[in-house]
Amino acid sequence: MFDDRYTLAYKRYPYKKSADQDAASPVRHPVVVMGGGPIGIATALDLGRQGIPTLVLDDHEGVGMGSRAICFAKRCLEVAGRYGCGKPMVDKGVVWNIGKVFNKDDQVFEFNLLPEEGHEYPAFINMQQPYYESFQLDRFEELQKDGAPIEIRGKNRIDNVEVHDDYVTLEIMTPDGPYTLEAEWLIGCDGAASPLRTMLDLDFTGKVFQDSFLIADIKMKNDDFPTERWFWFEPTHGGGASTLLHKQPDDVWRVDFQIGWDVDRKEEMKEENIRRRLDAFLGENVQYDMVWSSIYTFQCKRMDSFRHGRVFFAGDAAHQVSPFGARGANSGMQDVDNLGWKLGMVMRGEAPDSLLATYNYERIHGADENILNSTRSTDFITPKSEMSRLLRDAVLDLSEKHEFARPMVNSGRLSVPCTYDGSPLNSADALDGPARSRPGSVCPDAPLGDDFLLSKLGDKFILLTIDADAPDMIEESGIQVTRLALSTTDDKTGALRERYLGDNDSAVYLIRPDQHVAARRPSFDDNQIRAAIRRAIGKE
Amino acid sequence: MTDLILTPNIDGVDDFYAELLAAHEGLTKEDSDALNARLVLVLANHVGDREALSQALKAAEK
Repeated sequence: MFDDRYTLAYKRYPYKKSADQDAASPVRHPVVVMGGGPIGIATALDLGRQGIPTLVLDDHEGVGMGSRAICFAKRCLEVAGRYGCGKPMVDKGVVWNIGKVFNKDDQVFEFNLLPEEGHEYPAFINMQQPYYESFQLDRFEELQKDGAPIEIRGKNRIDNVEVHDDYVTLEIMTPDGPYTLEAEWLIGCDGAASPLRTMLDLDFTGKVFQDSFLIADIKMKNDDFPTERWFWFEPTHGGGASTLLHKQPDDVWRVDFQIGWDVDRKEEMKEENIRRRLDAFLGENVQYDMVWSSIYTFQCKRMDSFRHGRVFFAGDAAHQVSPFGARGANSGMQDVDNLGWKLGMVMRGEAPDSLLATYNYERIHGADENILNSTRSTDFITPKSEMSRLLRDAVLDLSEKHEFARPMVNSGRLSVPCTYDGSPLNSADALDGPARSRPGSVCPDAPLGDDFLLSKLGDKFILLTIDADAPDMIEESGIQVTRLALSTTDDKTGALRERYLGDNDSAVYLIRPDQHVAARRPSFDDNQIRAAIRRAIGKE
Repeated sequence: MTDLILTPNIDGVDDFYAELLAAHEGLTKEDSDALNARLVLVLANHVGDREALSQALKAAEK
């Protein structure tokens, strides 16, 4: 009755009978999160830090096995950092900057990512997903000890939901049998196959790609492999039509073989067959142990709407992309970052329901951008027509000698946070400043002495002033906006000027709790800033 | 005389590449080849500079 669908890497929240199961009538919870994966746990961290009681229901008892999402980008780490678990991730993760691109068997070029200086977090880290989830769960338990009203229940499977105007009824199965709960808000973080989506009979539309990839995580016995990303287009070793080699912590390398559509999964997953591909790729002399392997296919799809009354969807449940560019878990974290403060404000009565509608607007914008980018990468790696293959091969040929063609080589465009251009929460840009910090953008980090800007912004509304006067605190529509006063005289690296001022002598930025810019101007103007605050909380 | 630009020179190169692929979508190979031929001539006319065009022909040779 309660079989695991997958093997656990770590058992973290074994089933325990809850008093709710014996209640005479269904107990109502403010927020229920469906799914205890990275996005579900992040949701609980976000809401729990705001003091909002949040119950996570997961049909397993811990973290699933397998490296899966191995690349965590800067924005994802910054959000995790705000939740209090970013540091251990960076300590554990592997940072790489050198990449090599091969066509057939020859290296066509090498690149160095040369990440921009002056950010607390690296552009990305490679790390097995179970570590990511464990660090989040460590933080979850810490917050619980500190009194945050969050709870996770293992082996609690939601089998049916009924959506009402102002609550949702949940039928839950446990090893002790079924029980019923009510939730004022339900957030579906139940993954790409989302049972919740199916229960509500909601569409999930887009493209299925007819290809499959074999992942093999291997532990090298001799560790003379460099910490670099190597990508082969059509290698002749026969292991796969394209091949990716990537380093993870613990001397584990991820190998991705593109193996085509018509494959016998069972046959391909046999260790001898995986080793056959690996040996062809690595050569006979490389000794390794197999750690984990899997075959995956992918689709680029999203729901028409991420909100259905009292039900929200986040992460893979709402949108799915190809793995090229690491836009899955990374974009899911941006969903949480976007939804958390909005739901918190609406639940506290600080903002109208219309603020929640902007979750849909902004994150669909994000999902479409991710789908577009990952689809383009997919089309480059596996050209769909003879001409697109000819053009792709021409790019690869030219890239060997000519620098101009290298930016055209697309084996994945790494996840960067979406800028919410045109969002109803943005005020018109009143500063002729840097494009990267225009309204809708996530604030770029910058060093401030021994500290960094983003850690000072935190997760409340902030009025950032750079060499500009303003009140230390503004109260508007029940919202307190605190000023963070900075000066270019403290900007030793010049990063603040470059990222926020441009050619201006001063600037005032209204920054949302998710660290996106809501408005900016050259100087403080009480009426304009108050209007911008109202607009940023859906009141204008 | 202008030297042929062989360093990255297109803003939003992914957008351009996608537009190029889209122009070919649904065409037969023959029609695609013809489109490419016309495109080469259009672009060559835009470049204009004879020396740059000769250098471009060399750069494209294998």
